[in-house]
Amino acid sequence: MKKVVRGFYSVAYAVKLCRPNVVCAYPITPQTEIVENLAEMYANGELENCRYITAESEFAAASILVGASAAGARTFTATCSQGLILMSEVLFNAAGMRLPIVVANPNRALSAPLSIWNDLQDSMVLRDAGIIQVYVESNQEAHDMIPQAYKIAEDKRVMLPFMVCLDGFKLTHAHEPVDLLEQSLVDEFLPPYRPEVYLTTKKPVAFGCYAPPNIYMEFRVAMQRAMERAQGVIEKVFREWAEFSRRDWGGHLEIVYPESRNFVIAMGSLVGLLRKVVGELRKEGLSIGLVKLRTFRPFPFEDLRRVLGNAEKIIVIDRSVSLGYEGNLSIELKSALYGLSPEIISMILCLGGRDISKENLEKILRNAVLGKEGSGFKGYIEFEEVVP
Amino acid sequence: MEIKINIGAISEPLQSEKLKTGDWGTEWAVVDKEKCTACRVCEQFCPDGCIEVKKFGDEEYAVVDYNYCKGCGVCASVCRFEAIKMELKELFKIEVC
Amino acid sequence: MRFFGRGHGACPGCGLTIAVRNVLEALEGKCFVANPTGCLEIISSQYGKNAWGVPYIHSLFDNVAAVASGISEALKAMGREDEGKVVVFAGDGATADIGLTLHGMFDRNHDVIYICLDNEAYQNTGHQQSALTPLGEATTTTPVGKIMLGKMGRKKDMIAIALAHGSPYVATSSAVLPADIRRKVKKAAGIVGAKYIQIHCPCVTGWGIDGKEVVKVGNLAIETALYPIVEFENGKLLTVRKLKDRKPVEEYLKLQRRFRHLFTNPEGKKIIAEIQRIADANALKYNIDLKK
Ligand SMILES: Cc1ncc(C[n+]2csc(CCOP(=O)(O)OP(=O)(O)O)c2C)c(N)n1
Ligand code: SF4
Ligand code: SF4
Ligand SMILES: [Mg+2]
Repeated sequence: MKKVVRGFYSVAYAVKLCRPNVVCAYPITPQTEIVENLAEMYANGELENCRYITAESEFAAASILVGASAAGARTFTATCSQGLILMSEVLFNAAGMRLPIVVANPNRALSAPLSIWNDLQDSMVLRDAGIIQVYVESNQEAHDMIPQAYKIAEDKRVMLPFMVCLDGFKLTHAHEPVDLLEQSLVDEFLPPYRPEVYLTTKKPVAFGCYAPPNIYMEFRVAMQRAMERAQGVIEKVFREWAEFSRRDWGGHLEIVYPESRNFVIAMGSLVGLLRKVVGELRKEGLSIGLVKLRTFRPFPFEDLRRVLGNAEKIIVIDRSVSLGYEGNLSIELKSALYGLSPEIISMILCLGGRDISKENLEKILRNAVLGKEGSGFKGYIEFEEVVP
Repeated sequence: MEIKINIGAISEPLQSEKLKTGDWGTEWAVVDKEKCTACRVCEQFCPDGCIEVKKFGDEEYAVVDYNYCKGCGVCASVCRFEAIKMELKELFKIEVC
Repeated sequence: MRFFGRGHGACPGCGLTIAVRNVLEALEGKCFVANPTGCLEIISSQYGKNAWGVPYIHSLFDNVAAVASGISEALKAMGREDEGKVVVFAGDGATADIGLTLHGMFDRNHDVIYICLDNEAYQNTGHQQSALTPLGEATTTTPVGKIMLGKMGRKKDMIAIALAHGSPYVATSSAVLPADIRRKVKKAAGIVGAKYIQIHCPCVTGWGIDGKEVVKVGNLAIETALYPIVEFENGKLLTVRKLKDRKPVEEYLKLQRRFRHLFTNPEGKKIIAEIQRIADANALKYNIDLKK
């Protein structure tokens, strides 16, 4: 059923279709309406076998889900920015306990200065947590990703939390036509969550045991292996989804104009604009293709080596930065392509909701391909820092 | 050597029982079954759950499991019938000359 | 049936394990335990050496109330409430200091029996002060020095906080009162909502006492009215453990290394007098003294 809805609703409605048992969150712009929508559904009795809990903080919300998930419940939360990093102690913990909690993260910048606007800095903080991270380009993709997220996270070979990252404001607040899924289709695609081990008095076990030095490391290795297996599971579930829904979003990567000599790579909604920009530049005769990175964790380094290994130049558009080094995606890509010869140009753009026009993006990419512009984190305006 | 580790460090129940803490203390509790009235007060107090009133025919008295007794003396201190004494383990009975 | 296995790593004579065993037995093992980081967790939940015979979860130091809320709500959502009660065992630090999520649990009144095992400091990390450390106690972060004689603040009134949240059942008890613990836990189990029981738990290592003195010291805390044993239902005071001959606080303090400086330092007398005033105020507040 195609409907024009806002990004919030496309996520919230998909969550409902996945039949969660416990939904718990704390409001933060631009996530708020996701949980408001879910609260409304709950208030109207539309969420069956489900408890919706108004937590007193993101930290508590994530903690409530740890208890719920360990007890065998399917769980959902949404948060971003300050809320996400307030959750971070709990989310690292949830990953270690192998709890398949699904988190929607409408990406937002981090304070200070305070900014409610979009960039990808928040989810980068959770990069090392053992949480799967997928970035979506549109509200339809966000909608479709939720059932896939549960299926992947709850797969016995995986059992890790899953973050669906969608750009705050750019997607959450956008009205877009979304083909809303049917309950029957989701039910057929996503089986109920039946963990093999959970908290029950019928067969008592202990969760969250501590590991002394003689065994701690092996549990971390086990998480790494789960991430490695997740690569395959994600691909399989993505393919399955394409058949099920007749919407094919690609694998870990989507490659546009694969035969190009140069590529631009980016994540999230910016890809939409880049599709147009790359099209224009190709009309000018530039050999430039586009790589949309969907899975950020586990990082699909083999796919990237295969697709980008022979490129001349790769322009990485980052919307987050590891201060003291460079753009996060650029760092990751360099390590993935280690030993191969493409030149990597790192561009950090659009922090804190700063827009970039199509013309400017075209100019930057054109200059980069033509060798007139190198890596940079410059801001858009010349400035000098002073003490008032 | 290959070992199995449980996902998420989840543990099976009551595995601590493999660990014998009976060698921790210098003393352990000794029950005088004549004085013991099987009132079970010591049972409720033992922090290690290792003193239990058991039936032996028509006799009933507290028995200490020396695999686990840490010799803390809590049971002796709560016995109203003075049926429990803390005794130095043989090992520590060194003659000083 | 054992609900808490032998072979755990607590110090000989530890009050925590006395309390825990009695709570679990009172519930006949029909419970889910959530436990934050702290002594109890460390002595009972090493991977492969788990002491628990009931379903158990340790998450973090600061979030146990929320984790327990999550279990309780999940059981409801899945129609599994009958499986057992959700019980928290949390240290005083986890409860009164860093346990940010406790007020949320109280507010939403989740069906949880929250038990604070009050050994009056962060014992797991080597005896640092907490909000439940009493006045005058020497800890490693409130040490005795030239200008400071141990903790110079009061013990936080968690009972008042629990009551202010409208908790349907609030009580104190002590590890040296197993029968009292059992009665109160059974009572709490029959009440729906977020219950709070604070159990005084002597810590041999932190307090500097011998195992043989645990029960005596625990009892003296009660007999001096420094640890009133009370019980509230729906905000109304239900029972108070009364005293015939209330003892002077010195009798309690002098047995413990953590208060030893109060007897050797010339300024100690003043603090002892202040501690006596606290005991007197407790006695007055709860009408503890039986008239002769
Ligand atoms: C966020 C965080 N801060 C600090 C610690 C270190 N820590 C672990 S347990 C503990 C003290 C526990 O004290 P309490 O809750 O009173 O329990 P006890 O060990 O005394 O029974 C501390 C400070 C931690 N694990 N996590
Ligand atoms: S001495 Fe302590 S550990 Fe041993 S039986 Fe008595 S109470 Fe239990
Ligand atoms: S340090 Fe204290 S609380 Fe911790 S195990 Fe030892 S006696 Fe128990
Ligand atoms: Mg403590």
